[in-house]
Amino acid sequence: MDKNKKKKLYGDGFRHSVQALWGIATNSFITGFLKGRIYTGKLKYLCVPGLNCYSCPGALGSCPIGALQAVFGSGEHKIAFYVIGFLMFIGAVCGRFVCGWLCPFGLMQDLLHKIPFPKKIKDFKADRLLRYLKYIILALFVIILPMFALDEYGMSDPWFCKYICPAGTLEGGLPLAALNEGIRASIGWLYTYKLAILAVLIIASLIIYRPFCKYICPLGAIYSTFNKISVFKLRCDESKCVSCGKCARVCKMNVDPTRIPDSAECIRCGKCISECPTQALKFTAKNK
Amino acid sequence: MNKKNFPYKGIITALLGLVFMFFGAYRGEADIVLSKAIRVCLECIGIG
Repeated sequence: MDKNKKKKLYGDGFRHSVQALWGIATNSFITGFLKGRIYTGKLKYLCVPGLNCYSCPGALGSCPIGALQAVFGSGEHKIAFYVIGFLMFIGAVCGRFVCGWLCPFGLMQDLLHKIPFPKKIKDFKADRLLRYLKYIILALFVIILPMFALDEYGMSDPWFCKYICPAGTLEGGLPLAALNEGIRASIGWLYTYKLAILAVLIIASLIIYRPFCKYICPLGAIYSTFNKISVFKLRCDESKCVSCGKCARVCKMNVDPTRIPDSAECIRCGKCISECPTQALKFTAKNK
Repeated sequence: MNKKNFPYKGIITALLGLVFMFFGAYRGEADIVLSKAIRVCLECIGIG
């Protein structure tokens, strides 16, 4: 593939179009938006690969993180084979490619970061340390608490969805409150608290690239563990690389793809491929 | 693609994922997912 084609394919325009089309396709239950209710059909047996609240009025599929907590917290099963298997499959096929290309919440952060702001921060002291926070959130709020903090009926809350997830507020809470009088009448402190989390995240996204994906997202944390073994991966041809450092400079996730092409932080957006002057970087299924 | 370059780990993990999915669906986990997903998740939207 020549350089210009790569620029187009891995440029922001094409990727954002794919993200938007996927977001529209998986949230196309128009009646939900018109009547302030959600889709209740059988497609919701299936999870979508990205973070997409199943209480979004348009959502046709289930959120894998919500589904994971639903099974853990149901009191019926302690291991969620169905959702874990789905995440293993997607992760093993393409790793965090989902974060870069198929997550609607990722698209929102991408677009927010394009808005001019007096100060954009690419790196800061606590960045590396904060990257581990998403693994702690995954372990605590998605697995341990829903599994063990049970009520008298042996069931549990979806802790991550309830106390952290801003995607639920944006995709479900805001539209449903706007469209449904009953929900609007039930708004209390939790709604205000979650709205505040969303507001902080929106402001943070103006300054830092994808703060939710970098520091909070448990789905990104799961997929990141598959980046090393996934079939579809990024590779650097050392015989072509001239060590110019352009790829590392252009990476908004602060990854150096020539040093660690399998980095857990790489969302496989392909920006580094489009910038490489010698075409040393490429997506491939080959190990070397 | 030679043997050394073949993505064995990824393919085996993906296949294992499919086996997990079918096993989970077989023992009724997909029904739990559906029953949660077709009701408005009050916790998710911030009602509680």
